[in-house]
Amino acid sequence: MLGLFKALGTTLSVIVRKPVTLQYPAVHKELPHRTRGFPVLLWDFEVLEPFCTGCQVCARYCPSECMSVTMKDNPLHADGKSKRRKIVDKFYLDYGRCMRCNICVEVCNFDAIVLNNSWSGHEVSRYDRRDLVNDLEALLAKSKEGSLTNPFREPLGMAHSGWSPKPRGEKAEAE
Amino acid sequence: MIIEERELETIDVYVNVGPQHPATHGVFRMVLRVDGELVVDLEPVIGYLHRGAEKLSENCDYRQALAFQDRTEYLAQFNAELCYVIAVEKLMGLEVPERAEYIRVILTELNRIASHLMFMGAFSADLGVFGTLFMYAFRERERMLDLFEEISGDRMMYSYFRVGGLAWDVPENFVERTRWMVKEARQGIADIDGLLTENEVFLARTRGIGTITAEQAIDWGFSGPMLRASGVRHDLRRAEPYSIYDRLEFDIPVGDRGDVYDRYMVRLEEMRQSARIIDQCLDQMPEDGPIVAPDLKRVLRPPAGEVYMRAENPRGEYGIYLVSKGADKPYRLKIRSPSFCHLAALRDMTIGHYLADAVLILGSVDIVLCEVDR
Repeated sequence: MLGLFKALGTTLSVIVRKPVTLQYPAVHKELPHRTRGFPVLLWDFEVLEPFCTGCQVCARYCPSECMSVTMKDNPLHADGKSKRRKIVDKFYLDYGRCMRCNICVEVCNFDAIVLNNSWSGHEVSRYDRRDLVNDLEALLAKSKEGSLTNPFREPLGMAHSGWSPKPRGEKAEAE
Repeated sequence: MIIEERELETIDVYVNVGPQHPATHGVFRMVLRVDGELVVDLEPVIGYLHRGAEKLSENCDYRQALAFQDRTEYLAQFNAELCYVIAVEKLMGLEVPERAEYIRVILTELNRIASHLMFMGAFSADLGVFGTLFMYAFRERERMLDLFEEISGDRMMYSYFRVGGLAWDVPENFVERTRWMVKEARQGIADIDGLLTENEVFLARTRGIGTITAEQAIDWGFSGPMLRASGVRHDLRRAEPYSIYDRLEFDIPVGDRGDVYDRYMVRLEEMRQSARIIDQCLDQMPEDGPIVAPDLKRVLRPPAGEVYMRAENPRGEYGIYLVSKGADKPYRLKIRSPSFCHLAALRDMTIGHYLADAVLILGSVDIVLCEVDR
């Protein structure tokens, strides 16, 4: 009988502790800076074009082969507005296949792709799985509207960027 | 007279458990033949979760293949990753910086606690104490997953260890935070201990159930807590030290009867030992330093050869057999999974027990079906 009362005592002692749960859909947990959501492309606000040049290195290294990319000549380069000779033409990324392994971010030479570390990178459920295939417009939307202020993009083996999220505006300096 | 005999006649009934059944911890199927409530025969059916992780790895380069390790052993991802990266490092002859080794071992041991907590939660749910202990265990586990998320970026599929080191350095207050968390985890372990260990109901359910002797356990190829519960003092961290385990002090808990209760006790004690290891690592860890081997190429091409690396995972001996032909992709990658061997013995463990205990015995094996089917 002693063991039973000890067990009851344990449950009683836990009753007085603070709850650790959050009411999820109403309250969103603050996500850490390094959170890996689904990948999105970044928008270059200086030239008003995507950073991506369509070099396909991410598509080649993707273990689940969820991307397909094509490249075209950059019309802005001909006008002398942009330094990029080539630019991405079509970019399809299937969120249904992506496993958020961060490899595309690591191999990208132009820092064009990041994993969305906000809640919008997690809550992407759709009623039809075909809607999970994102085109270039959809992938750039988050960056274009300016909600992607603080992406995590450290090179392999580099020093950390602090426990708390970086202050706003630092992304502009880094680029 | 003849009519009476016919009335007394009994037939064995086949009971199909799974593949979609909460007590099977995944998609595992048991076909039980029961005589009344006693299990007469049991046939485990596996293969529902086969995704070809080994074959897929052969089509991926060494960095990509790491991602499949997380998905193979989805409750102890850091342990599986550690085994894989050490295998590739052995092949390449890479030296890993000190700091990276310590961080690896800290995370691996934290993951071991998290995995055992998951066992405690699921096992107690099998017992019928759903709600209470499940929530206690998950409360602690969730804290660890939060830390893992802050370090690696994902709650479950970390891909944080890399061949030659780590992907990024740990955040700034990692040491203090881990210390605090180990303290909290000790409290959580004490809660589980207080709730179950001396509980008469628990003892009545688990003592003498699913017994496996030491000889049988060795014959079946058991490893990890299942083997130690049968009384064999064998731990790969001690028997074949890898990484920095030879510098650390810890005890190897063993059981004496090899029943379900001993398996629970061994895992409970192992969590405490893991906490002890983490404390030592945090004391010894270098403050600063590189976390990746200096001369690391972007595309890894290990020289031709083969290596077998085995590591002590929460479930037992996790082995990676890797064959390289000098290309950037593994020629062959074979995963030796502990749960597979344990499941093979399920029939021997279960026969003669009640149907309700069959679920309990399966729970005490602590299977991860992804790892069994690969």
